[in-house]
Amino acid sequence: MAIWLTKDSKVIVQGMTGSEGSKHTRRMLKAGTNIVGGVNPRKAGTTVDFDGTEVAVFGTVAEAMEKTGADVTVIFVPPAFTKSAVIEAIDAGIPLAIVITEGVPVHDSAAFWAYSTAKGGQTRIVGPNCPGVASPGASNAGIIPADISAGGRIGLVSKSGTLTYQMMYELSDIGFSTCVGIGGDPIIGTTHIDALAAFQDDPETDAIVMIGEIGGDAEERAAEYIKAHVTKPVIGYIAGFTAPPGKTMGHAGAIISGSSGTAEAKKVALEAAGVKVGKTPSETARLMREIMSS
Amino acid sequence: MDLYEYQGRDVFEKHGLPVLGGGVATTPDEARTIAERLGKSVVVKAQVKVGGRGKAGGVKLAADPGEAYDRAADILGMDIKGHTVHKVMLAETANIAEEYYFSYLLDRANRTFLCIASVAGGMEIEQVAHEAPEKVVKRLIDATVGVTPEIAREIVTAARFPADVADQVADIAVRLWQTFVAEDATLVEVNPLAKTAEGRVLCLDAKVTLDENAGFRHPDHEALEDKSAVDPLEQAAKAKDLNYVKLDGEVGIIGNGAGLVMSTLDVVAYAGEEFGGVKPANFLDIGGGASAEVMANGLEIVLSDPSVKSVFVNVFGGITACDAVANGILQALKLLAERGEAVAKPLVVRLDGNNAEAGRAILDGAGNPLVQRVDTMDGAAKRAAELAAVGA
Repeated sequence: MAIWLTKDSKVIVQGMTGSEGSKHTRRMLKAGTNIVGGVNPRKAGTTVDFDGTEVAVFGTVAEAMEKTGADVTVIFVPPAFTKSAVIEAIDAGIPLAIVITEGVPVHDSAAFWAYSTAKGGQTRIVGPNCPGVASPGASNAGIIPADISAGGRIGLVSKSGTLTYQMMYELSDIGFSTCVGIGGDPIIGTTHIDALAAFQDDPETDAIVMIGEIGGDAEERAAEYIKAHVTKPVIGYIAGFTAPPGKTMGHAGAIISGSSGTAEAKKVALEAAGVKVGKTPSETARLMREIMSS
Repeated sequence: MDLYEYQGRDVFEKHGLPVLGGGVATTPDEARTIAERLGKSVVVKAQVKVGGRGKAGGVKLAADPGEAYDRAADILGMDIKGHTVHKVMLAETANIAEEYYFSYLLDRANRTFLCIASVAGGMEIEQVAHEAPEKVVKRLIDATVGVTPEIAREIVTAARFPADVADQVADIAVRLWQTFVAEDATLVEVNPLAKTAEGRVLCLDAKVTLDENAGFRHPDHEALEDKSAVDPLEQAAKAKDLNYVKLDGEVGIIGNGAGLVMSTLDVVAYAGEEFGGVKPANFLDIGGGASAEVMANGLEIVLSDPSVKSVFVNVFGGITACDAVANGILQALKLLAERGEAVAKPLVVRLDGNNAEAGRAILDGAGNPLVQRVDTMDGAAKRAAELAAVGA
């Protein structure tokens, strides 16, 4: 069953005709994702051929939903147009919008989040600056390589793309129900807590890996949430113990400000909530392996 | 990007916020000229992006242009918490009666912006919040609504600004919000926001952080970047669009993906504890793609760092398969040789993920004695640390 993204999900791609969009639409189709359309107002009415699969292009998200029953959109449009693309998706009332685009101004992310909230929060937003959501063996919406791991019963939520891939690879023999890349920006839609709550309620998830990194206090808040609400085993990993304060480490949100946002503080908070935190990705995988084999 | 105070002052002035006249000088002569232009007593302030400059002696009064020259001479070149002072700002002086605090900043937890206001200013707001929390008002700002005159009035009332300055502070609150939005800032802080003896409210300091992701709609922001203050390697990396941060260790790091590279730094630092405490020399994320050219540019930057004794290339083949990455590394080494920068430092390469076996075979087949292949992240980190310790 997985969370949020299943084999029944009907996926459209905003920005499908761009270079990133078309590259990853091809990959998603190859992974078995049910891609039912693309959105580009200038190319509405045309179709795009992906190795023999014809995908229709619609003028708007609303039109694509009406014609195809789409319930997920993956957004690849450039940063300058991301805000309006997300707002269009919210206006159309699509249940899940996954924003892959990196480099979105934080005022734009704050604006579409506030807009979504004002509209009643009907659209779950994942990202921006995220690798997407993958339910191995069922569907793949975003850029997570589909062939790393098969389906299984571990849930994964992570701020980092490549650490997600690394963890999926290390535990590929056990497999994952759903892997959620929430992204490394300072303002993101779906948080660790949202994913933890969904995994807790998902009968097909037995244990959860949570990957965090320096910056903000999302991991600390997730730790409090775990303590109060999560009964399934959670294993944590935090990146950035050696990062110096005041420097942005690749992700826009990965910055230690003064003494806040350190990896150590996050690790301490998670451990206080009873979460075992791996020192390296491999040790984290080993801790999860112990849980899944017990 | 954090701005210097003088740049923040200029931004404030551009958006109609009340600031005092000022200018920036890099030499005592320039300081004297500016003081002459300002025409009265001035305050000479060290321009450093670190707090506590007043206590460090980086802020001095000068009664006339001659004194401004002397004070600038004292302050320029001074070291404040590891930051050398290259510029001083000269500003008119004010007869301060009261000091307040006002800021807008990003609130990550609430996914919006936060206003912090206090009638107790002139010191760190964290200190005020600790000692007199009742004097600090925090209010979430809805990004779709912003700060209207009504909301500004509510903030001013909640923070209990005195009645005689309420109108001025409310006006500043609205203009400061407009500045925050118009410039795509993630922080605008005025501390102190001062009331003068004459009853005027002025922004006497300006702390501004700009969102670099919004650079595409602010071509003017690039000029605000202080290239002289940036590490030369970081500058060279930026010119090549590489995500690089200089650190103080000996093991050069190249990886794909910000999270994996941060993790690599940590794993190398742990491994280094066994080898006399060698540490990572840099953060370098070449991105998910990891093409040969980007790899070559990255290797060039890392290898040009004289403190680097070994390099750890840590790639997880996800979007790009490992055979392509392996070819990229070999092509990168060839490219560097063609550029006349033959590689003489050992490279430890760990390839995992998509097509890892094929990638490893390509590296082995090349038989380059400088390239060592280790197939686990922990093992490769250990080898790279060991090589750095031997080389150091």
